[in-house]
Amino acid sequence: MYNFEFTKPTTVEDAAKAMSAEGAQALGGGQTLLPTMKQRLAMPEILVSLTDVEGMVGVSKAGTTLTIGGGTTHAQVATDAAASYPGLSALADGIGDPAVRNRGTIGGSLANNDPAACYPAAALASGATITTNKRDILADNYFQGMFETALDETEIVTAVSFPIPEKSNYQKFVQPASRFALVGVFVAKTADGVRVAVTGASNGGVYRWTEAETALNGDFSARAIEDMSGDATDMITDLHGSAEYRAHLVGVLTRRAVVASS
Amino acid sequence: MAADGGMGHATKRREDVRFLMGLGKYCDDHTPAKTSYCAFARSNVANGKINSIDTVAAAGMPGVLAVFTGEDFAEVGGNPAGWLINSRDGEPMKEPKRPVLAYGKVRHVGDAYAAVIAETLEQAMDAVEAIEADIDELDAVVKMADALANDKTLVHDEIGTNQCFDWGWIEDNRAATDAAIKAAPHVTTLELVNNRLVPNAMEPRCSIGEYEPGTGDYKLTTTSQNPHLTRLLISAFVLGIPENKLTVHSPDVGGGFGSKIYHYGEEALVLAAAKKLNRPVKWTSTRTEAFLSDAHGRDHVTKIELACEKDGTFIAFRTETMANVGAYLSNFSTVTPTFLHGTLMAGNYTVPNVYVNVKAVFTNTAPVDAYRGAGRPEASFSLERVIDKAARELGINPIELRRKNFIKPDQYPFASAAGLEYDSGNYDALMDALEKRANLDGFEARCAESKKNGKLRGLGINSYVEACGIAPSNLVGILGARVGLYDAATVRVNATGNISVMVGAHSHGQGHETAFPQIVADMLGIDPLSIDIVHGDTSKIPFGMGTYGSRSLAVCGSAVFRATEKIIKKATLIAAHMLEDEPENVDFTDGDFAVKGTNKKVSFGEVALKAYIPHDFPIEFIEPGLEETAFYDPANFTYPSGAYGCEVEVDPETGKVDICAMVAIDDFGNVVNPMIVTGQVQGGLAQGIGQALLEHGIYDENGQLLSGSFMDYAMPRADDLPNFVVDHSNATPCTHNPIGAKGCGEAGAIGSPPTVVNAVIDALQRGGYDVEHIDMPVSPARVWAAMNA
Ligand SMILES: Cc1cc2nc3c(=O)[nH]c(=O)nc-3n(C[C@H](O)[C@H](O)[C@H](O)COP(=O)(O)OP(=O)(O)OC[C@H]3O[C@@H](n4cnc5c(N)ncnc54)[C@H](O)[C@@H]3O)c2cc1C
Repeated sequence: MYNFEFTKPTTVEDAAKAMSAEGAQALGGGQTLLPTMKQRLAMPEILVSLTDVEGMVGVSKAGTTLTIGGGTTHAQVATDAAASYPGLSALADGIGDPAVRNRGTIGGSLANNDPAACYPAAALASGATITTNKRDILADNYFQGMFETALDETEIVTAVSFPIPEKSNYQKFVQPASRFALVGVFVAKTADGVRVAVTGASNGGVYRWTEAETALNGDFSARAIEDMSGDATDMITDLHGSAEYRAHLVGVLTRRAVVASS
Repeated sequence: MAADGGMGHATKRREDVRFLMGLGKYCDDHTPAKTSYCAFARSNVANGKINSIDTVAAAGMPGVLAVFTGEDFAEVGGNPAGWLINSRDGEPMKEPKRPVLAYGKVRHVGDAYAAVIAETLEQAMDAVEAIEADIDELDAVVKMADALANDKTLVHDEIGTNQCFDWGWIEDNRAATDAAIKAAPHVTTLELVNNRLVPNAMEPRCSIGEYEPGTGDYKLTTTSQNPHLTRLLISAFVLGIPENKLTVHSPDVGGGFGSKIYHYGEEALVLAAAKKLNRPVKWTSTRTEAFLSDAHGRDHVTKIELACEKDGTFIAFRTETMANVGAYLSNFSTVTPTFLHGTLMAGNYTVPNVYVNVKAVFTNTAPVDAYRGAGRPEASFSLERVIDKAARELGINPIELRRKNFIKPDQYPFASAAGLEYDSGNYDALMDALEKRANLDGFEARCAESKKNGKLRGLGINSYVEACGIAPSNLVGILGARVGLYDAATVRVNATGNISVMVGAHSHGQGHETAFPQIVADMLGIDPLSIDIVHGDTSKIPFGMGTYGSRSLAVCGSAVFRATEKIIKKATLIAAHMLEDEPENVDFTDGDFAVKGTNKKVSFGEVALKAYIPHDFPIEFIEPGLEETAFYDPANFTYPSGAYGCEVEVDPETGKVDICAMVAIDDFGNVVNPMIVTGQVQGGLAQGIGQALLEHGIYDENGQLLSGSFMDYAMPRADDLPNFVVDHSNATPCTHNPIGAKGCGEAGAIGSPPTVVNAVIDALQRGGYDVEHIDMPVSPARVWAAMNA
């Protein structure tokens, strides 16, 4: 690790101010950033801890929308969203291990946008809105490729609002080593239609599987997508699986998610 | 009957109290006053020519005390291979020098070419980044077949080839084996890969060098499985420090699995630096360095043929193997694929013809050496996979096929066709126990249940025999070993009756501190808690060869036994003197010395006290003191064996394999502490299942380690494993050591990989998929690809 300064603001305004300094970087739960720094692969000059920022932690339901503070840990989402949005709660409960879930945050996960991360699938499938200190961004516009988002360098994810679907489920097929998603599929059935988001599979990061959505809009059953699999063209090939294997898993997991959705 | 806490008693491991309470003291917990810190510059290319290394800027950085490069060690010796292997044509193996720091060339990613010593670790790391190394990247050889075919891209230019040796075992049997296979009514052939593994001990390596200018004494505190061997290598081969001026101390060590047997350049470097700076120098490996520079395991590519009669009687096994030794010869790298592998290629069977050819190959990858099982897992995997395939081809039940060819209990001692003499065993009894404990009668019903749930169920069977208790010095000397493989123990009875036992074996997870006292306590009839084990420090212990090859109990434990016998003999003399009778009239039972047929007796404690307060000793007949040393050199290897069974479920949609049951029936001979033995088997099973399903040290074509962190290298975790059934009650004692013990440390890792793969193939075959083999790790992606090929 290289040396760095550390600051712990208590308001969004102060955090934003701290973030505008040269070399500043937000620190959520540190579950991604700290290992990277330990390996000397990142060298922020100032870490702006978001842990104490007022109003950035918590899960609240208003009508059919669930809003989660950007600094809320995976463990808290798993507990506090269990009744209102079980599909999301189960997803949070399946991230990493207890240590990761008790430190890692939804804001950090969405800001990082790891192509194998779980939350991006939930946010995209739910049609969530990502709220920052500057604006609201629709999930459809937010994810812009592997580790790429619409955020600018000084922007802070303060909250994420999820329209609660009628039915949902997340199926994660783990990469055996990291236990991130080798492929993960989130299916959300809303009044406006079905949305299917796939993580782990594509070189372009999380994406919506529109062919499956169309088929499921006609008939929300595994049968409707029985012979379908993802398009392998731009999928990831690595030591854990080929593009063809991932494309196949996209189909399998989507069917399983439809069957398991509640 | 075992005394409480004596032989055969499942005493809890006393050392675990300190480990579990965080009171263990590992290398990195040792920080002598004025310690400085070392960091290494390591190659990020697999093969490169070093044009120049400019250390001027680094040397001027804050806190930097010294910078070393390969040039500083150009004159000192290389780290040698411990075993000379001759090729089939009689030529000795190629032995390029392994320097302390890379010099002239870097040969694998992670090869250290410079080191910085600084006041703090951060300063040392900063300075490493300031070293300007001008290194031309060259083409790399990564795959063994490419390396052998290639005489332009060489790992070591000076030897003119990438082949280290081309070994035949037993060369005189080659023609007969070839002829037998040619004439055989049935031949089964299988090509397979034994996947490269990264050891990943929980504690990474760590070495601290110290130098005392007043006396010229050096001390190396290091993570070693065998401190005397490390001292010998440094003294006799690398730095030339006299052995009596070098102490090697290996304190608590968090796992080794083979990777900490070997001497590494970092150890020599911290010693040389400590002398130069007159300050302690500490290096602690990062996990990344461990991935890149610890000796890896396995990495064989093999073609095996099994010739048999139509009724399944085995006629011959013929094996051709390429064994990767990586970029340099690590200390045991030449014996592992040869004498620890080829000699086991007759397995548990009466097969008359065996021939093994092994070509060892240099590649631009990390060195490969012995890893839990060391050669025997590779042997067992090849044998038991090809036997399974033959069973299918011949339409014979795999258990029956094995039983048909088993060595029978009345055939011991049995001279195997691969050159070993097995002393004892009963493979049918193990298979009987397996059939019962694995509840094989219920398998078909379980299969049907799995099918109902959309899963394919399979059963894998395996029987293994291995050679451990390494090793008889006279035999290994003939075979090329450059060291003896005895072990040693000193039993020191103190005046107040408690006992220190100094042993050559090193405990880094094995539980010696509990098990060894059980032997002594049993023999002396005293409380095991009054006996302590001293190990790991060359200034305190006799010259022993350390811990690997499941040798600690069979070899060092036998030395403890012999030394304790000497103690009893000497104590009997003292007791006879105290009882005013002749030694031959004195019996020793239950901790008391008594004159036969009388009630005159003295306790062991009284004798101990007398030994050190010899006011009235007849000193011409009895020396004061009660301390004895024994060196024990085994007469033969020991031959643990086992029958293993595994049931798996395969998800046909995803290819994922779940292990439903794993049953290990082992014959370890006599068991000192059954709880520790069960734990050793469980750990071995976890590692073997890790190899079978998860672990893979995999390099890309440029020699970059793709699975260089836990993000990509899959270690087995608790939820990957079933509840194990472990049973070692079917024992046939070893006939040639005083304890009758065979060794249990590696069995689980030897027996389980073929069992698991056999089960997966069985599941696929039963499910109607014509899949004959899948290379390990049998990952979901590979299973799916095989099913959809
Ligand atoms: C062992 C392990 C297993 C894991 N398994 C999984 C898994 O299965 N699935 C999964 O999805 N993830 C997994 N993760 C990742 C984990 O969920 C991380 O917590 C998450 O990706 C990052 O969140 P964080 O709060 O720790 O962010 P940090 O590590 O603190 O930061 C990550 C990045 O986001 C930025 N950032 C942080 N918070 C904000 C914010 N509020 N606004 C703007 N930028 C911000 C930081 O500057 C940094 O660039 C795992 C991690 C580990 C260590």
